[in-house]
Amino acid sequence: MFEKIPALDPDNSAFWTSGKNNELRICHCPQCQTYQHPPLPVCPQCGHLEVEYKPVSGKAEVVSYTVNWQPWAPNQKVPFVLAVVELAEQKGVWLMTNIVDCEPEEVSIGMKVSVRFENQDDIWLPVFRPEVNA
Amino acid sequence: MMNYAEKQVAIRGIGQSAVSRPAKDSALRLTVDACLAAIADAGLKPSDIDGVMSYPGAADNATGFSPVGVHDVRLALGLQPTWYCSTALESAGQMSAFFVAIQALAARTVKNVLLFRTTGEASARARAKGAMAWGGSDCQVFGMWQYAVPYGSVSPAPWYAMYATRYMHEFGLTPEQLGSVAVHARKMAGLNPNAIYRDPITIEDYLASRMITTPLRMFDCDVPVDGSTAFVLSRCDEAGDGPNPLIRIEAIGSRFETGGLRQPTDMTSFGAEAAANMMWSRTDLKPGDVDVAQIYDGFSILTLHWLEALGFCGKGEAGAFVEKGERIGLDGELPMNTSGGQLSAGRLHGFGHTYEACLQLLGRGGARQVDAPEVAVTCNGAYGLGCMLLTKG
Repeated sequence: MFEKIPALDPDNSAFWTSGKNNELRICHCPQCQTYQHPPLPVCPQCGHLEVEYKPVSGKAEVVSYTVNWQPWAPNQKVPFVLAVVELAEQKGVWLMTNIVDCEPEEVSIGMKVSVRFENQDDIWLPVFRPEVNA
Repeated sequence: MMNYAEKQVAIRGIGQSAVSRPAKDSALRLTVDACLAAIADAGLKPSDIDGVMSYPGAADNATGFSPVGVHDVRLALGLQPTWYCSTALESAGQMSAFFVAIQALAARTVKNVLLFRTTGEASARARAKGAMAWGGSDCQVFGMWQYAVPYGSVSPAPWYAMYATRYMHEFGLTPEQLGSVAVHARKMAGLNPNAIYRDPITIEDYLASRMITTPLRMFDCDVPVDGSTAFVLSRCDEAGDGPNPLIRIEAIGSRFETGGLRQPTDMTSFGAEAAANMMWSRTDLKPGDVDVAQIYDGFSILTLHWLEALGFCGKGEAGAFVEKGERIGLDGELPMNTSGGQLSAGRLHGFGHTYEACLQLLGRGGARQVDAPEVAVTCNGAYGLGCMLLTKG
């Protein structure tokens, strides 16, 4: 998926470009050690005014998903799987993403997935695929 | 009970344009029809209107989401208001327009507020496929949309489909139960001359309908239309001499929570419970006192969330509550979405639900009239959340 890509800014750049080095970096508070996504320039948990972008394992679990059959724009390819996944590092850190590299009917809630990246221009889009040797 | 602002305010008049897809008339023409009907219904003249309110203001773009704003109406009706406002998307949903008007009336900033909402989404779709897609025509996306649009989520449908998937997983909701919302809506629409789709469907028709985004089928998604709905609101102590019994605003509730795109925490509800709790905290009435319910149905799953949030059934029980439609029928314990809702009457985007609540309280429901209702609940939203309890008298 793509079509339209995020416009980079100081808060979101690490998230959208870290895939260039094949790693997923998530906004993290160095004070209270919690992750947050989408990124914010401050920590809403403890109020710390600085955040860092910390590499994570890229492992996650499917919280929910849908197999989308209806194209919403003229060139949209279907079907695709839209999902919310929870990162292994912290409960409640959820990413909206696509589940790729498998048949849509293979996706299920609780499925273990791992990140890979799709590149367009200056953006590396994190998508997730079934974890091999699970 | 405290004399909250909303208890000082009443809906005096209601109006609705023809609803169609697409309309022959312009969106502004439809809006004029609805507004003039509401003003006349209140026993007023356009010159009596000193406030104009809408949601979400004119969005001059291709989506048809809101083709008419307060300035258009002021000019078309020759109004000379001293007070006007549109609430934005960043508000308690469609109902936020009512909430802001209530504050202004209670504060005596304004006397007679004309409040409307117009959608032109059917015309927009007729002009261009994909007109309603999120993200605009730029090649880049900004703000919260950047976390959804690049993944193909350019409609709320797959977004809320994920809520339905999770709800099914946790509570065992069946397709037949979810489909009961749509089958019921079509049954009610058959009794509403201004509804878009009036031919009945069966649960078999529902199950055979096209899959849009699992588990949501075509009949789980509301119907884009062209149409306008309008209301006139005044203070209760200044609205005594109109032709209609007053529709009093007994209690309001809202919640600031953006489920889905930004840090969702629960995919089996979306904050509606907090909005409902606020509403119930502002009244002595209880869920069991409600005679008719207009429950938001942009997608069928949202109706189930709201039924639970408002306390009509327990968490996870809404599927069984609506199954086969008996409890929510005209003679059931909770007559629901008596116009056919957005699923069958058309996506008037929340305002249709409040209009129908008023229509029922005024006894003008015709073939779909509930027996002498005195208390109605109406709720809007998914992205922004608002609910109101209305009483006759």
